[in-house]
Formats: sequence, C-alpha cells, structure tokens
Amino acid sequence: MSEYKSGSNLEKVLKAGHFAFTGECGPPLGANVEHLKEKAGHLKGCVDAVNVTDNQTAVVRMSSWAASLILLQEGLEPNFQMVCRDRNRLAIQSDILGVYSHGIRNMLCLSGDHQRFGNHPEAKNVFDIDSMQLIHTVKTMRDEGTFLNGQDIDVPPQIFIGAASNPFAEPFEFRVHRLAKKIAAGADFVQTQCIYNMDRFREFMKRAVDMGLHEKCYILAGVTPMKSLGMARYMAKQVPGMDVPASLIKRLQGAGKGKVAGEGIKFAVEQIEEFKETEGVAGVHLMAIEWEHRVPEISELAGMLPRPKV
Amino acid sequence: MIVAEQKPIKEILEMVKDYNKILVLGCKGCVTVCNVGGSKEAAILASTLKIAARKTNKKIEVEEHTLERQCDPEYVDEVKDMIDDYDAIISIACGVGPQFLSERYPSARIFPGVNTKFMGGAVEHGMWSERCAGCGTCVVHHFGGLCPIARCSKSLLNGPCGGSSDGKCEISQDVDCIWDIIVRKMTELGRLEELLEFMPPKSWITARDGGPRRLIREELVI
Repeated sequence: MSEYKSGSNLEKVLKAGHFAFTGECGPPLGANVEHLKEKAGHLKGCVDAVNVTDNQTAVVRMSSWAASLILLQEGLEPNFQMVCRDRNRLAIQSDILGVYSHGIRNMLCLSGDHQRFGNHPEAKNVFDIDSMQLIHTVKTMRDEGTFLNGQDIDVPPQIFIGAASNPFAEPFEFRVHRLAKKIAAGADFVQTQCIYNMDRFREFMKRAVDMGLHEKCYILAGVTPMKSLGMARYMAKQVPGMDVPASLIKRLQGAGKGKVAGEGIKFAVEQIEEFKETEGVAGVHLMAIEWEHRVPEISELAGMLPRPKV
Repeated sequence: MIVAEQKPIKEILEMVKDYNKILVLGCKGCVTVCNVGGSKEAAILASTLKIAARKTNKKIEVEEHTLERQCDPEYVDEVKDMIDDYDAIISIACGVGPQFLSERYPSARIFPGVNTKFMGGAVEHGMWSERCAGCGTCVVHHFGGLCPIARCSKSLLNGPCGGSSDGKCEISQDVDCIWDIIVRKMTELGRLEELLEFMPPKSWITARDGGPRRLIREELVI
C-alpha cells in the first residue's frame, strides 16, 4: 500500500509539510482550447495544483473534467471540481471513475451555485446528493472500494478529497461545525471561500484549531486579489456569502486612479504572508479570476516560488 | 393544502377562444381554501369570460358549477348529465381536477384554469408558502420539524451552503434560508448536536423520481 491516499502532487506537498499553493482556472465559454492553454500556462510552475471550476455561477462552460484533462496534458495537476447541481449519483460515480482513469487525482466536492444565478435559470436542477454526501461518496469509493449501493468497484479510484468551506456565510457559529462534518465525511483538504474579512477568518481558524480540525485535514485559505473598485463593490453587494469590509474598499479607493489593481495585489500578498504564520493554515488557494497572467507576479511577491518538488 | 393561482386571464381566453358554451367548474377542496377555485372564484371567472366576449361582440354562454371535490370519482360523476351541454370545461381545481375530468369524460374538452403551485399553507392573509415536496418518506423530525427538502433551494440535508446570508437564500432576498432557521432553532433548543450527525444520501424511490406513484390500502379496497 502506498503511504498516500492518491499520490497527487498536492497531497505529497501537503504531507511533506510544505505550505501549499493552489491556483484556479475557469474553463472557456466554448471550445477555445488555446485560450485555456494560455491561461493555464501562466500558472505552470507557480502552483501545486489548479482548480478547474465546474460550470461556476451556473454558467455553461466547457466541462470541468474535459478542461482538467487538457491541463493534465499541459503538464499541470488539476483539482477537478464537481458540483451536485448537474449530476445524479449515477453520473457522479461514473465521472469519478472516468476522471481517475485519465489520471486526475484531486477532486473538490461542492453543492454548486443554484441555477437561478446563471445563464440557464429555466433549467431543472438535480441535487440528488449534497456536497457532504459527495465527499462521503468519494471516500466510500476510494476506501471501501464500493459504489454507494455497496457493490464492489473493479479498481477503485484513488482520489485526494477536497471540500469547500465558507467562514463568512451564515450562521457563523455553525460554519466551523460544518467544516468538522465535512472532515468527518472524508475531506482530506479544504479550500475556503475568498477571505477579505481577516478578523472573522482569524476567529474561524481559532475555533477550527481549538477543535483540532487542522490536525485532521489540510486547510487552505482562499485569496482572490481585487482587480478594481468595481469588482470589490460587486463582491461586497452582489455575491452571497462574501464578506468584504468597508475598510478594504476604502483602502482600494485610497490607492488612486490606475493603482487599485496594484493595491489589490498588495493586500493579497499581505494576506498570504499572514496565512503562512497562522496556526492551522496549511496553504493558500489563489483564485485570480480571469487574472491568471498576474499569478507569477503574485507568487513571486508572496515568496511562494519556487514550488517544492516532492 | 394544495396551493394554486389563477392563470392569466389572457391565457384562459386564448385557450377557449374557439368555444361558445363554456362551463367553469370549481372545487370545494384546497382551491376554495386558498381562494382560487371555489364557487366564488368560479362565478367571477364566468363573469369575466362573459364581459370579455361582450367586448369583442362574441356570443357565448358561460355557466359555473362547483363540485365537492374534483379528486374523487364520486363527485366528478355528479356532472355527467351536464358535461355534454358544453363544448369546453374550465376546471379551476388543482392539476388533479382536469385529469379526473378528462379520464371520466374522454370526449370533453377540459382546460386548466389555474396553475398548481405547491403543497403548503397560508403564512399570512394572502400569502402562501411551500412546506412539503411530497418525497414520500418524511424526515422533518431530524431538522427541528422543518423540511430542507422542500424549503432549501438545493434540498441540502447536511447544513447550510455557502450562499446563506442574513438569513436569506442565495437565490433571492425574498426566500428565507431554511437552514439558517433550522440551525438557530436547534441551537436555542440545545439540540445542535443532532445537526452534526451525517445524513446519508436519501432514497428518492418514494419520491416522484421513483416513477408515478400510487397508494393501495388493502383494508379499504372493496
């Protein structure tokens, strides 16, 4: 038996005790493979694994498994995201087998944004199982070697199981319990929602550490650099479960014309520096939304380069 | 009860525009309680159709009648001598009514006059809210007596998603996050522990996903 659950690069980096660094790449709004390769190219060598989003915000894009395979071919390690909105338990389990067969070793289990947000609000949703049950499904397939119905799997998938946590959604007191529940269900690593309210995140991490959750699971802090004031205001007002303090908007405003993006990066780098020292934080998940070309610069400034080879 | 709302009058007029003898058929069940398909509403709809016809100089006859229930063959039978007198029947019962009528009177032209919305109740005067998704295996006791299958937009069974904000659901400020309510209630009752237990994937065999449903109670079969 291997000492690893999946043998993914991300798992190896984390297990070796390195401060992990993951990135994100949204599949194209079409079959523009070149654009995807170009975006992914910026992340190469900067991060340990790249999250590939699954019809995020319920907008139709190239499927996450297909884009993950392209990343794999490009020499990047994907963290394949899967939402429960668009698949029932049959499709979920067969997709897990499919991606594993093609070499995908990390998977992030999500419920998924409701389709009312997206560009097909008339769609019927699935939600046969929820994110918690999806985590449990992957774990059952990997560790028990069985499908959800108890039948044996002929060569079970060895996947490093990821989950999401939003420390800023409500009810706040329940959030750390929900994280604990996800870990108990089988999460090996957790990536948090974008953090802007540092006080609230510190409090969340304190509670997580008090409960010993950081010893059972790798917690990666979510960072999304603000590109503009418009983005900051949009995040603050329009995105549910996002907590953007007024003080941050004021700071970005104070940067002056043409310097907001730089200030956004500066704030992100300060965050990463703090997370390196925060008890219980095992790494950072950098979600530079449609800003992949700035990732090398951010990685450099945050002292995240070079990435460890394990 | 089953909650319904009247279809837009334009849609009803369009449906029956080729018919001159129309019967509006109400129901004294749920749709009477939610003020959409009882005898009062049948009379109002009949008058509306007549006024609309008069405006376009169309000659039509409209009458109304209200059955005890449209979901019971015994009561549906009650109109057997009337049905042939009309060339269109508008049922303002829930979606069950037009079907029981169509099955009992195969040659009659039956139209739905209401849109059936959900199983729920009146939370305020003039405001109804969904409570039950009819999944066929009730589990509300696990969630402080509140149903996340019917009332969470994603039917989540293991706690609130990351979109819960200020007690509202991510889909709309008009939708309460039922998980916020469940968590707060269980916390107040000192029963939060119960929500920390993993809820395994639910069997949807008993829900609509298992195919059209029927119920047989042998002791009642004659």
